[in-house]
Amino acid sequence: MNGVHDMGGMHGMGPIEAERDEPVFHAEWERRTLAIFFASGFLGKWNSDIRRQAFEQMPPAEYLATSYYEHWLWGLEKLLVDNGLLTREEIAARLAGRPVSLAQPPVGLRPLEASGVVNFVQTRKGVRMDDAVPARFKAGDRVLVRNTNPVGHTRLPRYARGRCGVIDRDHGVFVFPDAMAAEKRREPQHCYSVRFHARELWGPGASARDAIYIDLFEPYLEPA
Amino acid sequence: MSHDHDDHDHRHGDAGPPLSDPQLRVKALESLLTDKGLVDPVALDRLIDTYETKVGPRNGARVVARAWVDPAYRQRLLADASAAVAEFGYGGREGEHLVVLENTPKIHNLVVCTLCSCYPWPVLGLPPVWYKAAPYRSRAVIDPRGVLSEFGLEIADDVEVRVWDSTAEQRYLVLPERPAGTERMTEEELAALVTRDSMIGVGKVGAPNPRPQP
Repeated sequence: MNGVHDMGGMHGMGPIEAERDEPVFHAEWERRTLAIFFASGFLGKWNSDIRRQAFEQMPPAEYLATSYYEHWLWGLEKLLVDNGLLTREEIAARLAGRPVSLAQPPVGLRPLEASGVVNFVQTRKGVRMDDAVPARFKAGDRVLVRNTNPVGHTRLPRYARGRCGVIDRDHGVFVFPDAMAAEKRREPQHCYSVRFHARELWGPGASARDAIYIDLFEPYLEPA
Repeated sequence: MSHDHDDHDHRHGDAGPPLSDPQLRVKALESLLTDKGLVDPVALDRLIDTYETKVGPRNGARVVARAWVDPAYRQRLLADASAAVAEFGYGGREGEHLVVLENTPKIHNLVVCTLCSCYPWPVLGLPPVWYKAAPYRSRAVIDPRGVLSEFGLEIADDVEVRVWDSTAEQRYLVLPERPAGTERMTEEELAALVTRDSMIGVGKVGAPNPRPQP
């Protein structure tokens, strides 16, 4: 979707505020949000593409007015409700300090135990696929990024659409995020690093020497 | 932020959950999930400890220092970074498909995630706030030299700036240039010089302060 999260090339967002000796977290609720997020993800009801799609639903005015972990919290709550783990009524009642009878969560879910945390953190997400899909492009090929505006989840940033680049390298075959988010389908697609001249993306005002490399899935590309 | 809590969810239609004080909200979620047996608070504590104390840029700094002193390791790192950092025991979430980008006198690499916050956790830990915030995400791709200048880094005109937008599952780590004057330093001393910012590409590794004579 053409959402506010797709920020590459926007102006007016202000100066970069780098904090000296920044702590990992700035508040206890940030710690808990991160941890609840992972522990809920362990239940297996969603994956990173579903998660990203959920985050991208946050209304743009709220997205811009809130912090990073507030985005996480918003997305977490949506995922918990959408997947039947909690209900809005339960959350509202607990916030108001009212008693509420808890709905049964889906059966067969096994929570992340303390003893399983090390293994969980070390676990690979499994988004690389072994399918022997022939690659349509190879390093050095010139490609055109399709001009497409899907309303669902995509990893194709707006600033690359309709632009020409050169395949820098083929990363191999991965789960295609657009199909995963839309249909929970593991569609194998090559993912390439594509090199774009800065002027191709941003016009004559950009540096003649610089380049931007974007990781793009094969369905986003056609020969140029 | 401080949004007053209200129960009038219907006002928000399908736009999603209403905002409230995040602290209260997180407490509510945790207590509900715990009551339902869906999360174990002890596991939560352990997750927090892992990301707060076990991973961080000191991991990446050790990798960089090894690459500076060991040419064979540098080759392995550039060829397959996930396998090379696994030699230190680093790996797992957000490091499955690690790619190392080598800075040279003629090439300066800079890493961003314009869509969200993709970052190589096993070697750098969780990203700093500025990396995840709108100013950096919006401008790193359209004005990298301006962004670098804000970090105090002026890149000469004859140096190519390469910006890497982490839009898929690859996670990028910059291998900064080894500063002059460090020829006699040990790997451990070198690792102490390497900064997080230099491994994102918004900094360079500075020369060491002259050591007092023994």
